Amino acid sequence: MAWHWQGGALRAKHGPSLGRRASKRGWALSAIVEFDSVGLRYGTGAEVLRDLDFQLSRGGFYFLTGPSGAGKTSLLKLLYLAQRPTRGRIRLFGEELGDAPRDVLPAFRRRIGVVFQDFRLIRHLSAFDNVALPLRIAGRTEQEIEGPVREMLAWVGLADRASARPATLSGGEQQRVAIARAVITQPELLVADEPTGNVDAEMARRLMHLFSALNRLGTTVVVATHDIGLIGTTAGAQLIRIDKGTVVDPTGALRNPPVRPARVDRA
Amino acid sequence: MSGTFSPAPPLHRLLPAGTLRGPTAYVVAIMTFAMMIAAAAGLALATAASTVGRAVESRYVIQLPNADPHRLATALETARSTPGVGSVRPVPEQEMRRTLRQWLGPAASDQSLPVPALIHLELADPAQAEALDRRIADTVPGARLSAERAALGPMLRSIRMLQWLALSLVVLMGGATAAAVVLSARGALDTHRGTIDVVHGMGATDRQIASLFQRKIALDAFAGAALGGVAAALILALLGGGSAALGGELGGRAPLGWVDLTILALMPVAAVVLATLVARLAVLGALRRAI
Repeated sequence: MAWHWQGGALRAKHGPSLGRRASKRGWALSAIVEFDSVGLRYGTGAEVLRDLDFQLSRGGFYFLTGPSGAGKTSLLKLLYLAQRPTRGRIRLFGEELGDAPRDVLPAFRRRIGVVFQDFRLIRHLSAFDNVALPLRIAGRTEQEIEGPVREMLAWVGLADRASARPATLSGGEQQRVAIARAVITQPELLVADEPTGNVDAEMARRLMHLFSALNRLGTTVVVATHDIGLIGTTAGAQLIRIDKGTVVDPTGALRNPPVRPARVDRA
Repeated sequence: MSGTFSPAPPLHRLLPAGTLRGPTAYVVAIMTFAMMIAAAAGLALATAASTVGRAVESRYVIQLPNADPHRLATALETARSTPGVGSVRPVPEQEMRRTLRQWLGPAASDQSLPVPALIHLELADPAQAEALDRRIADTVPGARLSAERAALGPMLRSIRMLQWLALSLVVLMGGATAAAVVLSARGALDTHRGTIDVVHGMGATDRQIASLFQRKIALDAFAGAALGGVAAALILALLGGGSAALGGELGGRAPLGWVDLTILALMPVAAVVLATLVARLAVLGALRRAI
């Protein structure tokens, strides 16, 4: 797929990948994430997440919001398989992964893109190598990597900074490298933790445009933020509010509550 | 690429380049040096024990406590007429007195001092020793046949114990090297925990991550083993002249043969292989504790 950045928004020329996305409209309405009575505690401490019951639809755009310490980051860790629940069930991509053997997890992690609040770029690698990292981990050849990475860097406006190390990039540039790295594999699920926390308002607006564009291409996007103003900028986005470790009022006060089908009582 | 023993070249860059930065290379250098010296000592002792053992294998001595010329002649005649007996050489009385002088001083030259007679002989077949012993006892009462190896037995046993000690030292140092590599691998994992978390999150497998550390530690171990190996080779070459002379005196063989030298040359290689495998296992073990 060809990417380009135009007028502050992502434009994707139609290519094979877009076609692949379009062909998947059949599963566009199915759940990509299902949490069932999920709880999480670290060590022997109190539960930081409890009784999480929700589903995220494929192709949806979700904001995860709540006060500091509410459990947003912990919930995201469960989403990108960096943490296992201490109780309950988690299904990702239709597979039960809460207690899956650890050797099956890498294949699922490769379907998830993650943007960390602190970027987590590898400091001794260039911007190019940072963005290329997920493709190299997936076993792509250098010939397969060169073009997409150059395109992706151009897409985030960093074509001329490909060989720059993170330390020489501004906060906004580092953020864009981190985003390029998260989406280079065109993940089915994109998880971003406070992606606008370190950038100015204009950059925040541009980043949200990027996420929206990705979402239109079929990626399910989950953005954790406590910037309420940001939420209104994305049409059609749904809101998940979390407080004290649990989803608050998942059906009533939310502007666009997540899809929550009626539960079937188990015998 | 997943699951391959070595990561694709660009992934190598995930860990900062630079050999000899950590302790691994120096620990492996010291251990390789010490292992090679200990192994060389053990192998040289084995050669010495083998040479001495072979040299005295067929050598026997007839002892005549009361050595008058008639009894000596009878003993010589009996020995020479026994089948399977090779060279027979009586020790001249002057030589015996010269030997005794070391303990008795000038008194050893006193002609009134009775000096026992000794006859050195070689037996082609040690099984003939019993028959010869009986014949000597019959023809020269009081004479006794003894094997030289019996006299050297305690020394040979000591040499073999030293061999085992040298082997034990090599094994212990190998274990210490492995332990040092485990600590080094864990340290490297802690240092690069952030990078590991990031690449794990991107779907890197444990094997891919282990390969990164394994490669880095293998390079460090290679540098260390080369350093230690060269140092040990220089020391052994310096010691070689004296040892060769000693070996020559014992039986005409150099203290270290080609097989021994090959074993020593392979020790740095073994150190690198050991360090690499231990690093891989240590990293895989540590990663298994992650989710």
